[in-house]
Amino acid sequence: MPESTPRKGLIRRFLDTPPDNTAKTVGIAVALCLVGSMVVSAAAVSLRPVQDANRLRDKQLNVLEVAGAYDPDVPVAQAFAAFEPHVLDLDTGEFTDQFDIETFDQLATSSDPAIVRALDEDPAGLGGKQQYYQMIYILRDEAGEIDKVVLPVQGYGLWSTLYGFIALEANGNDIFGLQFYQQGETPGLGAEVDNPRWKALWRGKKLRDDDGELQITVAKTVPPAGPEYHVDALAGATLTSNGVDNLVRFWMGEQGYEPFLERLKAGEI
Amino acid sequence: MAQTYKSQLVDPLIDNNPITLQVLGICSALAVTSSLQVALVMSIAVTLVTGFSSMFISMLRNQIPGSIRIIVQMVIIASLVIVVDQLLKAYAYEISKTLSVFVGLIITNCIVMGRAEAFAMKNPPVQSFIDGIGNGLGYGLILMTVGVIRELLGSGSLFGITILPTVNNGGWYVPNGLLLLPPSAFFVIGLLIWAVRTWKPKQQEDREYKIQTVEAH
Repeated sequence: MPESTPRKGLIRRFLDTPPDNTAKTVGIAVALCLVGSMVVSAAAVSLRPVQDANRLRDKQLNVLEVAGAYDPDVPVAQAFAAFEPHVLDLDTGEFTDQFDIETFDQLATSSDPAIVRALDEDPAGLGGKQQYYQMIYILRDEAGEIDKVVLPVQGYGLWSTLYGFIALEANGNDIFGLQFYQQGETPGLGAEVDNPRWKALWRGKKLRDDDGELQITVAKTVPPAGPEYHVDALAGATLTSNGVDNLVRFWMGEQGYEPFLERLKAGEI
Repeated sequence: MAQTYKSQLVDPLIDNNPITLQVLGICSALAVTSSLQVALVMSIAVTLVTGFSSMFISMLRNQIPGSIRIIVQMVIIASLVIVVDQLLKAYAYEISKTLSVFVGLIITNCIVMGRAEAFAMKNPPVQSFIDGIGNGLGYGLILMTVGVIRELLGSGSLFGITILPTVNNGGWYVPNGLLLLPPSAFFVIGLLIWAVRTWKPKQQEDREYKIQTVEAH
């Protein structure tokens, strides 16, 4: 407001110029952009640590929940410390230490060619590319034996990419749980992937039959392989169900964690 | 403006409601009303953005050049929306995940722009702030009403608390899936507009007079 406070010469004259003067128009535009960008950047930068902490906590919470290790009385970070993080090379199924565990998450959100490759077939709808290094988590029991492995999975549903974790028993074939920590499916229909009753259907299902064929499927009817390989599809959410089916089969298949699961079964981990 | 602060705050709730009378902000009303919690956060966010953007625009109203005034308003609104979005991500992470893109879309909400252009450009800051808050509350009121109907009949719950136990969870209520899909909000809002205009016939008779052309867009 021009009259409110006495200002120095240049600013005063600028404020007193009629608003429709060209120089004034440009001046206002520039000043506003500067102020606006400063406000926005200040908010983004000052809140980033809190936001990063939220994201990290959310991810840890999901790892805990999917492995059945979540206890509301124990702080998430403390319970999460029981999990061993490893960066896994999908092709060899072996752990690699060429990445720093602390910074891998940030690397994983980029499309750095060092960890991303193009896919010829992309049944899970990953946009034609896949990270061939993944951060996985191992939970051991008191005797130091592997109790569960938690593997990140992702794939496209109806509207959105679903990001989640699948927890497997130490035999690498029995599913303990599947949980998505980020999805934008239709509330009440596709978003029922978060329904505890539906998630509970996954427990105890098997990935492969005795011949090593990948049999797990999300479908409306029980497949010939038998009910232990079948998770009932979501009512009214065919495309989301298909998406989950595709992504589980993709990530458990040879382009996903199969080499690692073979090694797990053989007791090499 | 001869309006008192109180009437500025209360009028937009029913008598001059931005959704039912002016039929603005329908897009986001469709998107965020399938669950009440999301609708509540969206209402608060829109109320704050409308209030503060009107206030800032009003403070600058004598300096804003007419030729770029819409862009100036957009920049102010957009900056505020980004700040709100960042705050939600920092302090209401779960909800910000559900709201996702719709917080960003507050920028294009016609109610915010409408109040900036129709009211804040011509009135002092305090009045503009209250006008913005009032219109945000009017928007929120409709959002919450639609949210109650949609969440109760669509999911059998309110604020995520089960009211009607659904068949999926072993209860008796068969939820109406239509109410969870965006088109149902059209029906609900349409019925609400009908109800309000039946209750207050003044709104139907006077509507061509009362809708100001600047607000209509």
